[in-house]
Amino acid sequence: MHKFANPTQFMRIANAIYPWAAGLSMILFLIGVPIALVSSPADYQQGETVRILYLHVPAAVMMQMIYYGMAAGSAAYLIWRHPMANLVAKASAPMGAIFTALCLICGMLWGQPMWGTFWVWDARLTSTLIQFFIYLGYIALADAFEDPERGDRAAAILALVGVVNVPIIKFSVNWWNTLHQPASLSLTKSSMTGDMLLPLFLMMGAFGTFYIAVLVLRLRAELLSAKIRNARLSQVAVSEATAAAE
Amino acid sequence: MTRKSRRLYFVLLGLLGLGAGTALVLTAFQDNIVFFRSPTEIAEGKVQPTQRFRIGGLVEEGSVVKQGENVSFAVTDMKHTVKVTYTGILPDLFREGQGIVAEGQINTAGVFVANEVLAKHDENYMPREVADALKKSGHWQEGEPLPKGITGGIAPVSTAPADQ
Repeated sequence: MHKFANPTQFMRIANAIYPWAAGLSMILFLIGVPIALVSSPADYQQGETVRILYLHVPAAVMMQMIYYGMAAGSAAYLIWRHPMANLVAKASAPMGAIFTALCLICGMLWGQPMWGTFWVWDARLTSTLIQFFIYLGYIALADAFEDPERGDRAAAILALVGVVNVPIIKFSVNWWNTLHQPASLSLTKSSMTGDMLLPLFLMMGAFGTFYIAVLVLRLRAELLSAKIRNARLSQVAVSEATAAAE
Repeated sequence: MTRKSRRLYFVLLGLLGLGAGTALVLTAFQDNIVFFRSPTEIAEGKVQPTQRFRIGGLVEEGSVVKQGENVSFAVTDMKHTVKVTYTGILPDLFREGQGIVAEGQINTAGVFVANEVLAKHDENYMPREVADALKKSGHWQEGEPLPKGITGGIAPVSTAPADQ
C-alpha cells in the first residue's frame, strides 16, 4: 500500500485506468441513455415517469459509494498519513455532492406527479438531504484553514463522522415507515422486470466509470496545483534570501 | 504500540462509539422518525386524539365515495380500518387498493379529517403489458410481490411490506 503513497507510482496506475474508464463510460452512456429514455417500457402505474429512475437510482448509488470511498481514504490519511488517499477523498467530494444533488432533484421531480408532493420530511428524504450537507461541509472545511494540512485533517475527521449517515440512508426505508418506497433491487433480489433492469444497470455502469474517469482528471489537476504552489513558495524563499543577502 | 496502530485503534474506537451513540439516539426517537401511523396503532391508542398526525395504509376496496371535491374513503392495514374524509385534488395514483398517506386529525366522530393526501408508491416496476398479463393469468395482484421468472433472472423480493 505504501508504494501508492508515492504520487508518481499512484498516477501511473490512475493514468493507465483513465482511457478505459472514459471510453467505457462513453459507450455505456451511448447505449444506456436511448434505452433508458426511449426504448425501455413505460411502467404499469407510473407511465413514462418511471424513466426518472434511471438517473435517480444510479445517482443515489454513487452518492453512497463515493462517500464510503471518501471515508476509507480519510481513515487511511488519518491513520497512516497516506497523502494520496486524502487527495482521492478531497477530489471525490464535489462529485459526491453533485450526484447527491442530482438524486434529490430527480427524486423531487418524480415525487410531484407520483406522490403528489415535491418534498416530505420522511426518514429517507431527510437523511439524503443531510448527506448533501455533509458533502458541502467537507468541501468547506477542507478549505477553511490557513494551513492546508490542518484543513485536511479536520475534513478527514468530518468524513469519518459523516459515514454513520450512509447506512441510515440505505436502511431508513426498512427501519421506519416512510413515504419513500423500499428498495426494488438488492444484490440477490429484484422487483423490477428484466427490460427495466437492463437500462438501470447500464446507467449505473456509466455513472461509475464516469466518476472514475473524472476522478483521475481531478487528481492530475490537484497534483499540478500542488506543484505550482510549491514552486511559488520556493520562489518566494529564494527572492527573500537574495533580498536578505543584499 | 506504535503511533500508527494507536491512531488505528483510536479511529476504530471512535467509529464504534459514534455508531453506538447514533443507534441509541435513533432508537430513542423511534416514535418521532416514523412518517405515519397505521390504523392498528390508532386503534391501540398510540396517538393522542387531539394530535395532528399522518395515517398510512391501503385505500379499502369499495370504500371511495366522491361528491365533487369531497372524497371519503377508508384506510386499512387489513386488521383495523379508519374512515377518512378529504376535500381537494387527489394524486394520480390514488385508487382503491393503493397505499396512501394522509395528514390531518381525528374528529369527535372518530373520522380522520385529512388536509393532505399523498400516494405511496410500492417497489414493483414492470411494463403495463406484463402487469395486465399477470393479472389476467391470476399469477399476481396489485400490492403483491412479483412472481418468479419475470425479474430478469434475479429472484423476486419475497415480502411486500404492504403496511410499512
